[in-house]
Amino acid sequence: MTNNSVSSTARVLGAGLRALLVLTLVCGVLYPLAVTGVAQALFNDKANGSEIKDSGGRVVGSSLIGQRYDLPLKDGEESPAPDLKWFQPRPSNGLGSNSVNTQYSLILSGATNRSGDNKELVQWVTDAKAAVVKDNSTPTYKVKPADVPADAVTSSGSGLDPDISPAYAELQVHRVAEKNNLDVKEVEDLVADHTTGRLLGFMGEPRVNVLELNTALRNLTQG
Amino acid sequence: MSPQVAGLLQLTALIAALALAYRPLGDYMARVYSSEKNYRPEKWIYKAIGANPTAEMRWPAYLRGVLAFSAVSVLFLYLMQRVQGSLPGSLGFSSIDPDQAFNTAASFVANTNWQSYYGEQAMGHVVQTGGLAVQNFLSAAVGMAVAVALVRGFARSRTGELGNFWADLVRGTVRILIPISVIGAIILVACGAIQNFSGIHQVGQFMGGTQEWNGGGVASQEVIKELGTNGGGYFNANSAHPFENPNPLSNLFEIFLILLIPFALTRTFGRMVGSLKQGYAILGAMAVIWIGFTALMMWTEFAHRGPAFEIAGGAMEGKETRFGIAGSSIFAVATTLTSTGAVNSFHSSYTGFGGGITMLGMQLGEIAPGGVGSGLYGMLIMAIIAVFIAGLMVGRTPEYLGKKIGTRQIKLAACYILVTPALVLGFTAVAMALPTPADSMTNSGAHGFSEILYAYTSGANNNGSAFAGLNADTQWFNTTIGIAMLLGRFLPMVFVLALAGSLAEQKPVPETAGTLRTDKPLYAGLLVGTILIITGLTYFPALALGPLAEGLAS
Repeated sequence: MTNNSVSSTARVLGAGLRALLVLTLVCGVLYPLAVTGVAQALFNDKANGSEIKDSGGRVVGSSLIGQRYDLPLKDGEESPAPDLKWFQPRPSNGLGSNSVNTQYSLILSGATNRSGDNKELVQWVTDAKAAVVKDNSTPTYKVKPADVPADAVTSSGSGLDPDISPAYAELQVHRVAEKNNLDVKEVEDLVADHTTGRLLGFMGEPRVNVLELNTALRNLTQG
Repeated sequence: MSPQVAGLLQLTALIAALALAYRPLGDYMARVYSSEKNYRPEKWIYKAIGANPTAEMRWPAYLRGVLAFSAVSVLFLYLMQRVQGSLPGSLGFSSIDPDQAFNTAASFVANTNWQSYYGEQAMGHVVQTGGLAVQNFLSAAVGMAVAVALVRGFARSRTGELGNFWADLVRGTVRILIPISVIGAIILVACGAIQNFSGIHQVGQFMGGTQEWNGGGVASQEVIKELGTNGGGYFNANSAHPFENPNPLSNLFEIFLILLIPFALTRTFGRMVGSLKQGYAILGAMAVIWIGFTALMMWTEFAHRGPAFEIAGGAMEGKETRFGIAGSSIFAVATTLTSTGAVNSFHSSYTGFGGGITMLGMQLGEIAPGGVGSGLYGMLIMAIIAVFIAGLMVGRTPEYLGKKIGTRQIKLAACYILVTPALVLGFTAVAMALPTPADSMTNSGAHGFSEILYAYTSGANNNGSAFAGLNADTQWFNTTIGIAMLLGRFLPMVFVLALAGSLAEQKPVPETAGTLRTDKPLYAGLLVGTILIITGLTYFPALALGPLAEGLAS
C-alpha cells in the first residue's frame, strides 16, 4: 500500500514536471519570441523604447521616460539645483539607484510611498511649493502659491513621469522666456504645440511631454 | 471637461467594452472546457506529459494533479533564480538569495506576484520571460481549472468525476490565455510598451551623458500579468512605469484585461450549469461591488484629504500625470478586487480612506470579480453561504443549483472562508508583537500598522500589491509572506475540490415552490449583503486600527 502510494505520487510529480517543461517551451520561449518578432517588424521604434533625437541627430532619451534638467552638482550641495533655462519635470523623490549587481548604474523606478500624514512628505511638498513659487516668479510675473498645480510638488508613481500638467508648463513660461531671452508669446506657442489633450476627449489627462518640449526649445534657441 | 466627468466616461467606456466581450468570451470558454476535440498541438503536449486528456478524475486525483504541478513549479522557479548567475541571457545579474528566491517562487506559482525584489536590477531575461512570465500563464490556468471543476460539480450528478486536470490546464493555456495575450501584447507595443531582448545599454540624455537601461520582453509579460490577474511588474514601478503602461489608452486596456476573464467566467458558469440567469445573478453581485468601490475610490481621491495632499492641492503623490486621479483610482480598485496586484499608482500614498478601500477589496476575498478562476470559485462559496443563511431564516434545507447544501458542504465552505482571515490576522498579530518586523515600516503610527496589515492581506489573498513603504526583503517577511501565499492559495483549493466532488455525487433535488430562486436580483442583493457582513465582521477591528484611524484623523 505504502509502496503503491509512493509510486503514484512519483508518477504524478513526473507528469507535473513534464507538463511544466513543455508549457515553459510554449509560454516562455515560443510565445515571447513570436510577439517580439511581430513587434520588431511592425513597431520597431516603439518596441525599442521610443528614443528621440535632437536636430543634430543625437539621441537625447526616450519620449516615455522622464529626465532631470539640473545644473552640475556643486561642492557642499546634497542634490543638484535645477537648470532654470529648461522646463522642469515633476519631483522624483522615490527614484533610486541599484543596490545589487552594482557593476551597472541602473535607475530604479519607484514612488516615495509616503502617506498623506507623513511628516517628511509634508515637508517635501511644502519646500517644493515654495521653490516653484520662487523659481518661476520674474520681475514682471508673480506666481501665487494657489496657482501651483499638484503635479508640480508631488512625485509620480514611477519617478519617471515624462509629463507635467499644462498648468505647470504655463506657470514656467515666463521664467523660461526670461532665461532664454525669448518672447513670452513664443514660449507660450511652444507649450501649446506640445500639449496633448485627452485621447478622444475623455481618456487620461491633458499633459505636456517635458523632453519633447525642451528639445523643441533647444532647437528654437540654437536655430 | 472636468477630470471627474472624464473619469466617469472612462468608467463607462470600460463597462461597455467588458459588456461587448462578455457573451462571446464566456460562451467560448464554456466550449473550450466542454469540448471533446483535441487539436494536434495539444495532443503532442499530452503525449509529452504522458496524460490521457479524456480520463475523468475524481476530486482527490484532480487535487493531486493541481498540487503536484504547483509543487514542481515552485521548485523549478526557485532553482532557476538560485542559478541565475550561471544562466546565459541573464544580463550578468547574480543569483537570488534563498529566502527571496523562495518568496518569489511561491508568489508567482500562487498567482500572487508579491515582489520583494526590484525587477530591473535583479531579474534577467531568462528568469523574467522563461520563469516568472510562464507562471503568469500557468498559475492563471490552474485557477481556471479549479473553478471549472467546481462548476462541473454543480452541473453533474450521480458521479464523482470532475474532468481531467491536465486537459483543463493545457486548454486554458493554449486556447484562452495565449491567443488573447498575443493580440494584447501587440496592442501594448503599438501604444509604446517595449519588447526587445537588448542587454543593458546606454541611452543618450538631454543634458549630456548617458543612462543605463535594460531591455526586456515587457509587453509580452505585461499582457499576461493583467489578463491572468497576476500583477508582477517587469520594473519596480509596475504599471506606473511608462515602458509597461505608456499612455491613457494602454491604461484603460490593461484595466480591461484585468477584469475580462473574471467577469466572463460568470457566463461560462451559467452556460455550463444550464441557466444563464444563474450566471447573471453572480455577475450582478460582482458588478455592484466593483462599481460601488470604484465610485467611493474616485470620491475620496478627488477630495484628497490628508495634510500633504491639502498643501499640494491634490492627491497626485505616487500617481502619473497621464492617468490622473480617475485613471489611477479605477486601476487601483480593479487590481485589488481581483487577485492582480499590479499598480499604476502607489496605494501607500492614497488618502487614508483610499488605502482602506484597496485593503477591504482584497479582504472581501477577491471575488468581485476576483482572480481568474479564483474569483468565480470564491464567489460560489459565498453563494453557498448566502443560501445557507437564507435557509436558516425560513427553516428549510438550503439548496443551490439543485444541490442540497448539507453538513459536509457547509463545513467545507466555512473552512474556505476561514483560511485567509486566519492567515492575515494571525501573521499580522505576530509581526506586530515581535520586536524587529516593525523596523521595516517607512511610515509610523496607523499607517505603519497598515503597511503590515496590507502585506499579509495581499499575500494571503494572493493579490501581490503593497503599501510599498514596507521593506519586505527581510528573512522574516520573505518567509512568512511566502508561507501565507502558498497556504492562502492551495488550502482553499482543497476545500473547493472536495466540495465539487461532494456536489457531483449528489442527485439533483427537484425545484419546488419553496426553492429559493437564486437567479433573481433579490438573491444577488442577499449575496452582496452576505459578503459585506462577513468581511466586515472579520476585519473591522483591524481596519479600525489602520486606515480608518488615519482617514478619520485627516
